[in-house]
Amino acid sequence: MVATQAASASPAPHSPPATTKVSARKVNLWYGEKQALFDVELDVYENEVTAFIGPSGCGKSTFLRCLNRMNDTIAICRIQGDIRLDGQDIYDKGIDVVQLRARVGMVFQKPNPFPKSIYDNVAYGPRIHGLAANKAELDEIVETSLRGAALWNEVADRLDQPGLGLSGGQQQRLCIARAIAVSPEVILMDEPCSALDPIATAHVEELIEELRDRYTIIIVTHNMQQAARVSQRTAFFHLGKLIELSPTDRIFTSPEHQMTQDYITGRFG
Amino acid sequence: MIDAEDFPGTRGVDPNWATSDAAQARLRRRRAADRRLWALGIGAVAIAMGLLLILLGSIVTASWTAWTQTSIRLDVTIPADKVNPEDPFRARYGSFVDQSLADLFPLIDTPAGERELRSMVSNGSQFFVRDAVVADPALIGRTFSIWVPAADPIDQLHKGVIDRDLPANRRNVNDAQIDIYDQLVDEGRLQSTFNWTLFTAADSRFPELAGLQGALWGSFYLLLVCFLISFPTGIAAAIYLEEFAPKNRFTDIIEVNINNLAAVPSIVFGLLGLAVFLQVFGLPRSAPLVGGMVLSLMTLPTIIIATRAALKQVPPSIREAALGIGASRLQTVTHHVLPLAMPGILTGTIIGLAQALGEAAPLLLIGMNAFITAAPDSMLSPSTALPTQIFIWFDSPERGFVARTSAAILVLLGFLVVMNATAVFLRQRFQIKW
Amino acid sequence: MSQTFIIPFLLLLAAIGYWLGRQRALALHDGTASGGLATLPQYYGYYVALIAGLPAFVLFIAGLLFQGSIIDSLLLGSLPSEMTTDITSAERNLLLSSIRNAAQGTTFGTPEPAILAAAESLNTYRLIVNGAVVALVMALAIAGLTWARGRIAPKFRARHRVEAIIFGLMVLCSLIAILTTLGILVSLVFESLRFFARVPVTEFLFGTKWDPQIAIRADQVGGSGAFGAVPIFWGTIVVSLCAMCVAVPVGLLAAIYTAEYATPLAWGTIKPILEVLAGIPTIVYGFFAVITVSPFLRDLAASLGIEMAPTAAIVAGGVMGIMLIPFISSFADDALNAVPRSLRDGAAALGATKSETIRQVLLPAALPGIMGGVLLALSRAIGETMIVVMAAGLTANLTLNPLEGVTTTTVQIVALLTGDTEFDSPKTLAAFGLGLVLFTATLLLNILALGIVKKYREQYD
Repeated sequence: MVATQAASASPAPHSPPATTKVSARKVNLWYGEKQALFDVELDVYENEVTAFIGPSGCGKSTFLRCLNRMNDTIAICRIQGDIRLDGQDIYDKGIDVVQLRARVGMVFQKPNPFPKSIYDNVAYGPRIHGLAANKAELDEIVETSLRGAALWNEVADRLDQPGLGLSGGQQQRLCIARAIAVSPEVILMDEPCSALDPIATAHVEELIEELRDRYTIIIVTHNMQQAARVSQRTAFFHLGKLIELSPTDRIFTSPEHQMTQDYITGRFG
Repeated sequence: MIDAEDFPGTRGVDPNWATSDAAQARLRRRRAADRRLWALGIGAVAIAMGLLLILLGSIVTASWTAWTQTSIRLDVTIPADKVNPEDPFRARYGSFVDQSLADLFPLIDTPAGERELRSMVSNGSQFFVRDAVVADPALIGRTFSIWVPAADPIDQLHKGVIDRDLPANRRNVNDAQIDIYDQLVDEGRLQSTFNWTLFTAADSRFPELAGLQGALWGSFYLLLVCFLISFPTGIAAAIYLEEFAPKNRFTDIIEVNINNLAAVPSIVFGLLGLAVFLQVFGLPRSAPLVGGMVLSLMTLPTIIIATRAALKQVPPSIREAALGIGASRLQTVTHHVLPLAMPGILTGTIIGLAQALGEAAPLLLIGMNAFITAAPDSMLSPSTALPTQIFIWFDSPERGFVARTSAAILVLLGFLVVMNATAVFLRQRFQIKW
Repeated sequence: MSQTFIIPFLLLLAAIGYWLGRQRALALHDGTASGGLATLPQYYGYYVALIAGLPAFVLFIAGLLFQGSIIDSLLLGSLPSEMTTDITSAERNLLLSSIRNAAQGTTFGTPEPAILAAAESLNTYRLIVNGAVVALVMALAIAGLTWARGRIAPKFRARHRVEAIIFGLMVLCSLIAILTTLGILVSLVFESLRFFARVPVTEFLFGTKWDPQIAIRADQVGGSGAFGAVPIFWGTIVVSLCAMCVAVPVGLLAAIYTAEYATPLAWGTIKPILEVLAGIPTIVYGFFAVITVSPFLRDLAASLGIEMAPTAAIVAGGVMGIMLIPFISSFADDALNAVPRSLRDGAAALGATKSETIRQVLLPAALPGIMGGVLLALSRAIGETMIVVMAAGLTANLTLNPLEGVTTTTVQIVALLTGDTEFDSPKTLAAFGLGLVLFTATLLLNILALGIVKKYREQYD
């Protein structure tokens, strides 16, 4: 069933009109003197997987990190423009970045489990946000999150073991479980499979496909086949500019821009 | 496949929990905790800075009165029949000084009163008179004016350190002395000048005559020996360990050993110096040579570690380039790697020497805290060093030594500032960023 | 020692050797590009210079170190045998110094004629021994020069020889560190054994009465009851704990601030200030403790109606704590900075606040590195000397109250070894016993701490 879904990755014609979850308008970003993003404008729809592709240094990861304000941790980074989550400006003074990040989760390029047990890794978010009233509830959250990340069956009997003892692919799924444990609305994935072997990659891709029902997912990837496999819509970035955002099947068959065509057919990148 | 029931969002947690009131309240508490940790951190930094300020402030304040010295103008008569012009060095100058004081206060004629009178000027006054006469024998048979240092209690009284309003038994000067003092002030016979003695004299039991010259020379010899031993050996050892040594158990042991040596308490090096250099080799006590050897053993690990770090900074491509055109490994190191690492090595060396300069504990054990009234004339003559001189003065009961101890500390800190500033300058100016 | 002129002589000879060697090599030059030589001409010069200067220099140093003892034994040998048989080393030293004093013209009472005679011959012995050293050194240098120059031939690979010599020198230099440790160990153990021959080890390690000031009379056996070092170790621990109580919280919080909160500007101001604090000599801290901290704390205690000794453990300990703040903070700062950025990002992406990230992710991850720093600081506190010598007491006191005066290991070492004491008395030997305990304790702490830190660094490398 999953395989058939992945094959017909385009939005089904009968799907209801998509609601906009994240919208960006005129986003410009500088690292010190160097401008890294130029007037990026796009909308991300709810319960869809949106892929960002483009050559290295094109700004796709930078833009992704704007969406949960991870760029705030970089001192020299300056951002301009308007990014809205459910119509609310996330760079508004009234927005608490901690709360924003609870709503917009993130999975990183390299698996980065905390040097704690598997259980504590997943329970960390619910604990700091106070999502569980007691141990039983926390246990339940941990279990559902690990099941959600398709990891439960592999780790159920060793939840107290260190998360760093898992294999790379398992670690990445642990990080996904950690992200979904706080019930985010959006999950950002920054090249989540680039450090994984093909089998682990297949596991994670399968998982992304399944998570789509519950979450809005944005994935940055270097791998165009991956974008084609998991996403409904794909955005192509080049030199800090958004070149094109189209349904995935269209961008891979008949892109609007010559540049997109060149990139996809492997003439540069 | 995964059951839809298992997905988060279908469980008890409200998907929109993050915007709920409870979450907002919780968020406020978490933010408050965040600010508390920040405030604690700022507080800790403020405490550290405040303590530094208090430390420096209290030493500067305490040193205040040491920078000037009160002196008294005497009209000394050198009787021609009591000084041999052929040999003006030998004469009883003390009696001339006593006489000049007595002439100033003809009304004081009791033995006790004369004692008070004599206690006004420094015990060393006669030497000032002697030196004047030796320098100019024409003074013999004449009366001339000369400024001599006031005795320490009078100096303290003049500077206001001794409160004259205290009851007599609680201050160091008695009423008779204060009377004499007031008269001297009235006659304009007292002046306060910069205390050059602090730099031009060696140690003395009398604060007004004590200076740092001996300690400065001692420290200079110490650092010279320390540098001559530890700099070449440290560099050679570091080059061997970093560039040539095979990675085996033996070099591992050397490496662990060096790191440990860097953390051995300094006093243990003093014990080593005492047992080996003094007892086994029979080298003289209190000699800068021995002190320098002990300090060099302490400084060696610092220099080795700094040199290795500097060598590591030089990229391997430089070595490959040199080896590639047929240079030997030793040539590669001496011609290319070492010059490039030199700024880092010098920085580390200066920092190591600065530590050595401030070190007192091992020097106490090899007798460099002896009471020595002349500057050392060689590496083997007994000597003190700046830190041990500070310790000696600190241990002296005379009031005047409190301020002089602080002043000596400031001199020591001054040298350390210069050395560290040089190190920073070298690092900034010459270090190559790869 | 007037023989220092040897050093310029050796340098000059080495320079001549270099020139001669090089000339000789150039003379052998056959005019081709390589000159028919195995290496560049200057290496022949270096070779001759090294062979001429190095062995002679080593001999000179050895002569300097040993000529004192040679003269001493010559002097003793010149004395009638009944004066030198069956004497302790203290008596031996006394004998020698009275001979030296007599030679300088300062005599106490009427010295024995034998001593006067020895004093007469002292200058002769000095002349002979010093002269012998100088002559031997010069001869060796010139012999080395001639021999090395004679070996120069076109096929002689001078560069290899030179590099081998330099290589050997470098190995020797790196052995100095080992030799130092061995020297420390051997001298401490040796003197301690002499001490334990008079005072039982168990007495020293477990006895609770320390009073070396009651000198042990000659007719007294050992020194029972006077050399129990437990109160000293106890005092050391109390002072060190006081220091850690100040240094750990302040240093750690300061590190948290500098590593995680400070802007680059604040960092650039705070770091140098902490470095200044670290660069201040301990004698300055000791002075600060006595003139500022002690009176302040006593006034404070008095205003609260508490009595406090001027040499209270809290004074020395507290000031030592100030000294260790930069030490702990720089270790903790390094440890926090070594935690990979990905963990910070991971926590931030889950919506953790900065303090939550620090307390729950970074500190646990950096704990081994911080612990290593704390242990090293503890080892420093135990071995710190000047602050306690100046600010702590001399009397042993078995108490836990930081407001009472205590004494420490290092204070006792200094007290026992300064002043003119005979080197052989149990009193001075006791200092080496204390030194051995101090060295062992700090060594174990250092090995443990450095091990932890190393392992921790490897974890994130």
